[in-house]
Amino acid sequence: MDGMHDLGGKQGFGPVRYALNAPAFHADWEVRANSLYAYAVRLGIFNMDEYRHAIERMEPRHYLTASYYERSLTSLLTLCVEKGVVPREELERRAQGAIPLATPSAPGRTNVPAREHFKVGDRVRVRSDYVPGHVRMPGYIRGKTGVVVSESPAYPFPDAHAHGVEAQDEPTFDVRFRSEDLWPNSSDAALVHVAVFQSYLERAG
Amino acid sequence: MTTNLATDSSVLQRSASMPQRVDAIQSALDERGMHATEGVEELSHLALDEWVPRNGARVVARAWIDPAFRERLLANGRAAVTELGIPMPKHHRHLVVLENTPTVQNVICCTLCSCTAFTVIGLPPDWYKDLEYRARVVRESRTVLKEMGLDLAPEVEIRVWDTTADTRYMVLPAQPPETIGWPEEKLVDIVTRDSMIGVARL
Repeated sequence: MDGMHDLGGKQGFGPVRYALNAPAFHADWEVRANSLYAYAVRLGIFNMDEYRHAIERMEPRHYLTASYYERSLTSLLTLCVEKGVVPREELERRAQGAIPLATPSAPGRTNVPAREHFKVGDRVRVRSDYVPGHVRMPGYIRGKTGVVVSESPAYPFPDAHAHGVEAQDEPTFDVRFRSEDLWPNSSDAALVHVAVFQSYLERAG
Repeated sequence: MTTNLATDSSVLQRSASMPQRVDAIQSALDERGMHATEGVEELSHLALDEWVPRNGARVVARAWIDPAFRERLLANGRAAVTELGIPMPKHHRHLVVLENTPTVQNVICCTLCSCTAFTVIGLPPDWYKDLEYRARVVRESRTVLKEMGLDLAPEVEIRVWDTTADTRYMVLPAQPPETIGWPEEKLVDIVTRDSMIGVARL
């Protein structure tokens, strides 16, 4: 989905609020939220792709104003409700207040039928796919051409794995793009590398 | 409208606080026999005390003093960090180690969420997870690095790595020349988390 989470290249943001030795956590609830979602993954209540997708499904205003750990927590609570582990009413009763959850999921998809194997040095183009469900292709590389620089072992295909759809595992390829090709005349010169699933790629001439 | 209904709806109009939401799910899972509190204790200990930047610092220091280890690290990061007893979660199947040189600066990010090799370089800091870094570093890398205090010479090539799959990345910073010959334990102390993300040089 072309959701609010897909931030790469979005303009209008101010300076990074950088501090040396910035902490990962600020409050006890953040540590517990982080541990609880990881524990739920360990228990098999949901997988990492379902977890990421439930964050992406947060209503955009909620996504933008929530802290990182509120997003984690919202995903955990949404999935526990959707999977029938705990009813929403019980969570809100226990929490003594309303709990905003993510919006419902759209259908997922399986691997694309014609997948090619690429090797280091191959020129590849990112398919112009528009996917309603979970996808790990950032919008800024859609339709763009780059060069394969490395290959990773096969992983579950996220577009399927986030939706309980049957699919084969796929390798991912680190693809090198020139920032000038991604944002012509509108970026700092750099080589931008993105880890891209095989189904998202086709051979470029 | 009865008094009861009014009371109920006014309760539900107030959003639960974050600690209340965490308490709610933790207690609900505990009551179902799922031992969430024990799970939280164990995983919080790992997050706070075990998955720390010092792990990555040990990897970097070893790579600086041991050329054979450095070769193994660049060829297969996951296998090499395992040699030092540093774990990686099952779903991080591949660790790509990116070597900085005087003319190459690698920098890592995750534009879609905030993925990192957290067992190796530590859990990510605030700014890494913020919208600003995620939106801007892929497109305005040199500007963002300069704002963060890393003013790179024009001849330094910037390579940004967006963690959009479960392959993980860490930056191998260049060793400061004045530290050549230092003992390994002393080298570990100078390696920072931010240098392994690639927003700082040592």
